Order: sequence, then C-alpha cells, then structure tokens
Amino acid sequence: MTRHLRVDGPNHDDRLDHMAQGILGQPLNRLEGPLKVTGLAAYAAEARPMNMVYGVLVQASVPAGKVLEVGDAPGALAVIHDKRMVRYAAQGMDQKGPTSGPDQIEYMGQAIALVVAESFETARHAAQNIAVRYKTASVPVEPEAVKPELPPKKQSAAGNVDKAMQDAAVTVDRVWQTPSHMSAAMEPHAAIAEWDGDHVTIRAALQMLSSNRKQMADALGIKEQNLRLLSPYVGGGFGSKLGINAEAVAAAIAAKKLGRPVMVAMTRQQVFDLAHRRSETRQRIRLACDSDGRLTGIGHEVLVSNLPSSEFVEPVAQATPFTYQAAHRQVVHAVARIHRGCAGSVRAPGEAVGVTVFECAMDELAEATGIDPVELRLRNIPDVEPTTDRPFSSHKLAEALREGARLFGWSNRKPAGQRVEGEWMIGMGMAAAVRVNMLVESRARVTLNQDGHAIVETDMTDIGTGTYTILGQLAAEMLGLPMERVEVRLGDTNFPPASGSGGSFGAASSGNSVYLACEEIRSQIARAMSCDEVDLTLQDGMARAGNVARPLSDLIDGQISGEGHLQPGKTEKSHRQATWGSHWAEVAVNRWTGEVRVRRMMGVFACGRVLNEKTARSQCLGGMTFGIGIALTEAMEHDPRDGHAVSRDLAEYHIPTHADVPALEVHFLPERDAYVGPLQAKGLGELGICGAGAAVLNAVHNACGVRVRQLPATPDKIVAGLED
Amino acid sequence: MREFTYQRAASIADLSPDATIIAGGTNLLDLMKLEVMAPPVLVDITHLDLGGVEPEGEGLRIGALVRNSDLAAHPVIRRDYPVLSRALLAGASGQLRNMATTGGNLMQRTRCPYFYDRRMACNKRDPGAGCAAIGGVTRNHAILGASDHCIATYPGDMAVALRALDAVVEIDGPAPRKVPLSDFHLLPGNTPHVETVLEPGEIITAVILPAPPGGQHRYRKVRDRASYAFALVSVAAVIGTEDGRISHAALAFGGVAAKPWRDPDVEALLKGSEPSDALFREAAEILLRPARGWGEHQFKIPLLRRALIATLRDATGMETAA
Repeated sequence: MTRHLRVDGPNHDDRLDHMAQGILGQPLNRLEGPLKVTGLAAYAAEARPMNMVYGVLVQASVPAGKVLEVGDAPGALAVIHDKRMVRYAAQGMDQKGPTSGPDQIEYMGQAIALVVAESFETARHAAQNIAVRYKTASVPVEPEAVKPELPPKKQSAAGNVDKAMQDAAVTVDRVWQTPSHMSAAMEPHAAIAEWDGDHVTIRAALQMLSSNRKQMADALGIKEQNLRLLSPYVGGGFGSKLGINAEAVAAAIAAKKLGRPVMVAMTRQQVFDLAHRRSETRQRIRLACDSDGRLTGIGHEVLVSNLPSSEFVEPVAQATPFTYQAAHRQVVHAVARIHRGCAGSVRAPGEAVGVTVFECAMDELAEATGIDPVELRLRNIPDVEPTTDRPFSSHKLAEALREGARLFGWSNRKPAGQRVEGEWMIGMGMAAAVRVNMLVESRARVTLNQDGHAIVETDMTDIGTGTYTILGQLAAEMLGLPMERVEVRLGDTNFPPASGSGGSFGAASSGNSVYLACEEIRSQIARAMSCDEVDLTLQDGMARAGNVARPLSDLIDGQISGEGHLQPGKTEKSHRQATWGSHWAEVAVNRWTGEVRVRRMMGVFACGRVLNEKTARSQCLGGMTFGIGIALTEAMEHDPRDGHAVSRDLAEYHIPTHADVPALEVHFLPERDAYVGPLQAKGLGELGICGAGAAVLNAVHNACGVRVRQLPATPDKIVAGLED
Repeated sequence: MREFTYQRAASIADLSPDATIIAGGTNLLDLMKLEVMAPPVLVDITHLDLGGVEPEGEGLRIGALVRNSDLAAHPVIRRDYPVLSRALLAGASGQLRNMATTGGNLMQRTRCPYFYDRRMACNKRDPGAGCAAIGGVTRNHAILGASDHCIATYPGDMAVALRALDAVVEIDGPAPRKVPLSDFHLLPGNTPHVETVLEPGEIITAVILPAPPGGQHRYRKVRDRASYAFALVSVAAVIGTEDGRISHAALAFGGVAAKPWRDPDVEALLKGSEPSDALFREAAEILLRPARGWGEHQFKIPLLRRALIATLRDATGMETAA
C-alpha cells in the first residue's frame, strides 16, 4: 500500500516527538563510513565489468565555431563522434536531455568526441592528440562585452527605489563582483555503461536519479524503462552532478557501438571545463533608510552570464524580496549571453553570493548609520513576506541574531581598526543567514521482515551528506528498531523515485516519504494489534498498545511493506518557507601583507527538526568552509580572449585548506516547522554557506577598515587599501 | 601520457644523455599526464645512494634524494639553517613533501597556467610559439628578470632559502662540477625553454651549504590561502645584527622571477646600517627599481615591498610577526 501526502496544510501533532526508540536526531556516525574509509564503497568509476574499455573525451580547442572533421586515433579502438553527444550538462530537475550536437561549439573545452581504447592511458593520449578541423567563429566571452537580456520572470519591483534613495537619511549604493565558482567535488565525474540487448545500465556520479533517468533516456533516444542508473556512492556533488553530463552520455553511446562496457571518467582539468560553473556576478546594491536605520528602499541589480542556449540564471537575489522590510524595492536579474562554460547550480545557487554581498551592504549601512550591525538587522525583520503579505512558515532570524551575539561575545567587538596584536589587526563581523526552503516529490518503500529487520529502498542519493544514516534513523524511530536492524538501499533507479540530492531538499523530501512508508507499516501493525495507530508504541522490536505488548515477529506474516509518496502542496504558496541563521567571524589581517586568517567562526541555524546532529553539523561545517572560500580564496578565472577556465586543478582553484579553517562552532535552534510536512524538517545543506562569507568580509573591515568589493579578498586587494 | 621506457639506474654512470630523471615525480608525472612533457626514456634514481645529510667542511652536504619532509625535520637544519626548514614547510602539502626530493625540487617547472595548457602558445613548451600568458590571466607571474618571451616564475620555496644561504649545487656527469645556486637557474631572455644550466647527461647529486651563517632566519611567504598555494611573493632572510647595526644580510625572493632573486645592492645598503623603517623602505626601493608587470600581477610590486619591510622589521626585532 502506498501512503500519499500532499502538504496542503500545517502539521502540528509532532508525531516524531512521541515515538519511543529515541534514535532520531542522535549524532550517529554514518552507516557507510567504514565502507568509505576502507575503500569498499565503490564509486562510479570503481567497477570493473568484464571486457571493459576506456573512453576519454575529446575537447574543443576553440571557443566557438563548427567541427568540420575529427581525425583518426592510432592505437584506439574507436573514435565516437555522434550527434547525440551533449554540449554541456543538464540543469537540475530538467526532464529532458541537455542540448546535443557536439559539432556546434559553444565554449572552449566543450566535449566533441570520445576516444575509446583498451587502456585509459592509450585513450587519453589519443584524445589529447587527435586532429580536429574547425571552422572558428568570433564570440564574446566577457559579461561587459554584450548587451544583457532581462528575463521577465526574474525581475520584481514595488514602489520607487530611486525616490527612496533621494529621500533617505542614509544610503548605501555600491557595486560588488564575485568570480565564477566551481563545485570542485572530490570525485571527478565518471560513468560506466553496459548494455544487455536494448537495456543499458549506467553507473554514474549523479545527484538526482529519477530526473537523470529522464534526461539520459531522452539524450540517448531510448525508453526510460530500458535504462537503469546506479549511484550508490557519490563523492560530493555541490550541484555539479544534478544533471547528466557528457561523460555518461558518451559512455552509453560508445558501449552500444562497441558491444563492450565503457568507462568514461573526466580528468580533473575536464571537470573544470565541463561541469557547470557558478556564474560570476556583478551586484549593485542600493539601501535607503531613515535615521533610525529602518529601511525604506532596497535595490538589488544583478548581472550574471550564461551560454546563449542555456536557460539557467543564477538566482542571485532570490532571498532579497523577503529578508528585510522596505516599502520601495527592486530586483533586477540581467543575463549576459557569452561563451564561457555553461553556468548552473553550484553550492547554494543564488544566496551563496547574493546573501553574502547583500549582508556586506548591510554592514556598510550599519557603519553609515552608526547602528550596531545586529541591531540594524533586528529593526528590519518583516512580520510577513514583503510585497506578497504571505505569512512565514516559521521565522527564526531574530532569535538566531540574538543568540549568536550572546554566544559569540559580540558585545566585545571594538570599532574598526582598534584591536592590534603585533602585525595582526583583529576584527569581528557578522551576517544573517537565509535560504529558501523547498520540498520535492519523493517516494520510498520500507519493508519489515518477520525477523524484525527493516529495509528502506529509494533512488535517493547520498552524496556524502549522511542520507543513508538519517533515513535509517527515521525508519528505526518509526518502527521501533535499533539501528543495526535497519538497512538502507539508495542510488538505484529500480527503487521508488525520490527527490534526489540538491537544493538542500533531499533530507526533508525523501525523509518525509520514508516517514509515510513507515506510517503505512505502523497502520498494518496497529491493525494486527487491534488498536489505533496513534495508540501504538514501537520500541526495540516490541509493539505495545494499552497493556498489550507483543514482539513484532508475532505480528508479521512473512513481511509487510509500505510505500510513502510525498508531494509539495498548498503550503508552498500559502507560506514563505525559508531557513534562517546567523554567521559570526573573528579574523586577523596582517597589516603588511594583507593576509587574512579566520580565527573563530560560528553559525547559529534554524532548519526545523534536526535529523542527526552530527551529520547536520557536518553540513554546516562544509557550508561555512565554502563561505570562507567565497570570501577569501575561491576564484575560477577565465581567459579574457577566449573565456577558457584558466585555473583547472585543485592546486590553482583555491578551496580553503585545513590551515584556512579554524575550529568552527555550530549551534542549532530548536524548531518544528509545521508547514513542511510531518517531518517538520527543512533543508540545511546550503544554509551554512549563505552569508558566511559576509561575516568574514565584515570582520576584515572591522579589523583593518578595508572593504573589498571584488571577491575574493586576496592579499593584493587588502593591501591596496592599507596604509604603507 | 605518451608511452615511455622506464628504467632503473644501476649507477650514475649508467645515465644516458637522453634520459629524463624521475625521483619523487611530484611535478613530472602531472606534466607527463598532460603531455606538457613527454620523455621517451624515464630513469628512476630513487634507489641510488644519493641520500643523507652529512657534514662537509664547516657546512653540510645534502644528498639529492633527501625528501623535503626529512630535510625540514633534520635537527641540524632546524638548528643551523632554520630558514631552509621554514621554506620547506611552507611549500606544497605534507603528502607532496613526503615524496619531493632536494634535487627534484630544484628542477620544478613553473606554474604558469599557459605552460600547463597545450591549447595555449608557450615559448617554454614550444620555443618560438609565442606567450599566451601575456594578455591573459597573470596572477602568478614574474615582475623581475622576465622578458617579452616569457613571464613565468620559478614556483618553489626551498630554492629561495638555499639562495639566501649561498648554497652550491653538486652536479655529476661527463665532467663533474659545482655550480652556485645563483647561477643554476636561468632567466628567460629569448630562450625561456632553457631553465637551468644542467646539461643532458648531468644529474644533481647534492646541495652543499656553507658554514651556518648565524643571525635571525625568516621565511615569509605571502599566498592566496594559508597552505598548499604557491607564493605570490616570498622572502628568505638571514640577518645578523651587532651593536645595533646590521652585520649580515642575505635576502632572496621567490614568486617574482624565473629564479630565486637576490640583489647585492639591497644587501650592501643594509650592511653596517642601523635598522629603521626609512632604511627598509630604501632597500625595497632598490630591490624593485627594475620591477615591472605585464598585467594583473603588477600587484606583486607593492606586495613584495611590504613583505620585505615586514620581514626586515621582524628579523631585526622591530616587530614580532606573531
């Protein structure tokens, strides 16, 4: 039986708080941790089917034009040059394959063919040296070089921000720039395709299998039911594996043509060329307020870029319409159509750079008004969503600000430039954290066997986030089983289709489906116990109702199973759903060299119910680390002449290292959000990023008086503002 | 990666002139995978007897195969040549330092991204092809001793300290010789593909340090993140003071030229002078008089100036860095 739920209204019964096993929320280690650290968890490229051969993508060495001829590859088995090959990755949740036809070159590095050989080395050598004839074209590669488009759905306005600026007691009107970012997941993208008649199985590094299956079937021109995707373990995604990409499509095409399993793994450099980048942004922020710091006008004008044929627009100002109150408001998203690599979702698309820059602007407004940055934010929190007047599903920003200020010792902050220790200038900074919350349709099946073991099955992925563990905890809690009696099977399209991992919606969406499946099983047990489900207590393999207690094995004939099916519903529209928090940083800036060292960093987050305190905390640690990267180190640079990615490995693309990251402190605010399904849990993965970099940059200003508005704040940019 | 013949050298005499030597391989393997380097014959020397740190005269002889991490941790290096230990620890990552060798590190190739990218013109990779870095992204490029043919830097840290220590490179081959480190790396001129004086058939067997110089040792490396990043600029300093005056000054600079840079005029100015901000500013001015940038990396000029002043203040006790 399938239990369906569309989230059309609130859920106030706190069912999970009344379960008896006491395992949900516990800081358990990851179930698959031992497999990963011992190398037994096989990632996409780690299978070795019999007779497998290796493919390496051939890449365009010109930024635009047409492929006229692809030469031979001596020593190789085949050169696959097929019109079904894709030019770039699908976007997250696309229901069709990405643009195919590799002969039309849209950016430098685009995949145009595949060389297949008996060994990886032979294939790579051939792919690196194959002769390709092009008809080249001249194209713009700099965002400023073209007149941007203004997609109608990406603009909003109320009142008159120009006038608010004229009439305001205090204003800020500044421009910030952020560079392209790369997900830079540890595991490079890879796939192994193997055909059996008309049926193909692809082991791949993917985040969202159910939509990936549609994309892949469309790209290959086959029926969905003839395609099975396997992604049991994924070595990080951060958005870069939301959609299928060139390597998996090429592997499937080649495997069919050769009649042998084919592996295609990207080299690290290819990942930088072919995975989606986060668009660089240019953000003009205008803030107008009265002398008490109450905002009257908010303007957020954004310029991003993408290829002419890709619809994705980095939603930079996504949180701007509802974070702070102001009568006059304007959001502009302009898109420059240029020929850098395809832009798409990277680690908290939108807020990662949008909230970060906005919160830097708020710090400048605090300075200009002379109002404490925490107080300034508290004065501008809206009661309902501005412009729509929708209520918030929950709102924890004020509490996160107050609690954070207390825990961090914010009252010890000194005016800019007043704390010096030797060569180092010390400063404190803060920022609000906000991220939209989403639920996505999701299904799961749970089977309870007579021996008291439960199996959870869904095509949900665990991209290193802890999904195996939290879904296991949920089932254990609902069914009253110890953890070792729950098995979780993920990453296989033979299982019920789930939301996949992305946009921070995975845990809540797939979690709710597991909850529903377990609720169905609980109902079956309750029938066997002749009681109402709400009166049923399940704990340690025993079922209790009133004064009757029976082992589960007595109540199950063979096995019982239930499916859960969650759909987002009316609360998506009726309420503004978001997660909230605050970021705090203390940094030291070297007064000679402009180097910044983050000394302390803390985040306070409210995300509804916390499903596993350890994996939740780890998500926040990762997010805050990326915040340090956005603020200080990360930049994917493009050649100004042909747009190609210049920093193409992990030595040159500067993700923060351990030495850049101090001990990070994470606090969760207890919360149950009633409008996001019975789990009452919201997305968390990305909240830790949104605004984290602003806390660091605002601390830099408090330390040394320098505002860096062209991110990242590398030493050269800081010293430009320091005295000799 | 192209196919190559892998050999293990039985002895140094065994090395053929067309062989490319591999020891730690931390740079060469990357370059071979990208086919930036495609040696037909690779000779592994890791089992030759080229290790050990031994006294030599009043100084030390460091075998070419001594690993970076072992050298950095060596008690005599830490005691008598701390600038070298600090420079080594500022380089790469723990894993890389465990593999990288003393001789190999001197042969490290530039990190110019255009050198690593075979789609791009590079005079170093393909003499006469042109330089795509000029006009491109030039964050890590040279401000001293570069030419219109090449603006790449030598990226290492160890050699910068060795330059300040007046190290000598011991070379074996048809005619064994010793070359001061100052003469070992070459500026690009119009032959940027020729990076060192090492001839085919020659091999670095050791690096020799003269007697310990005493004084204060500093290695200051300014970079885009706190670890595992190449220097934007770096300063190796050995500074002695007597009676309130600078008695000894050896300064070498990394991240700014195709070789560890040293300027005798800077040191001449400092020797015999009382430490002061005015003096240090003048030293920086002399150092940077010939500096120029070809693009974004012009920021290295003020950054190096500041790094030098800070290092001198620190080494002369005017300010403590930590």
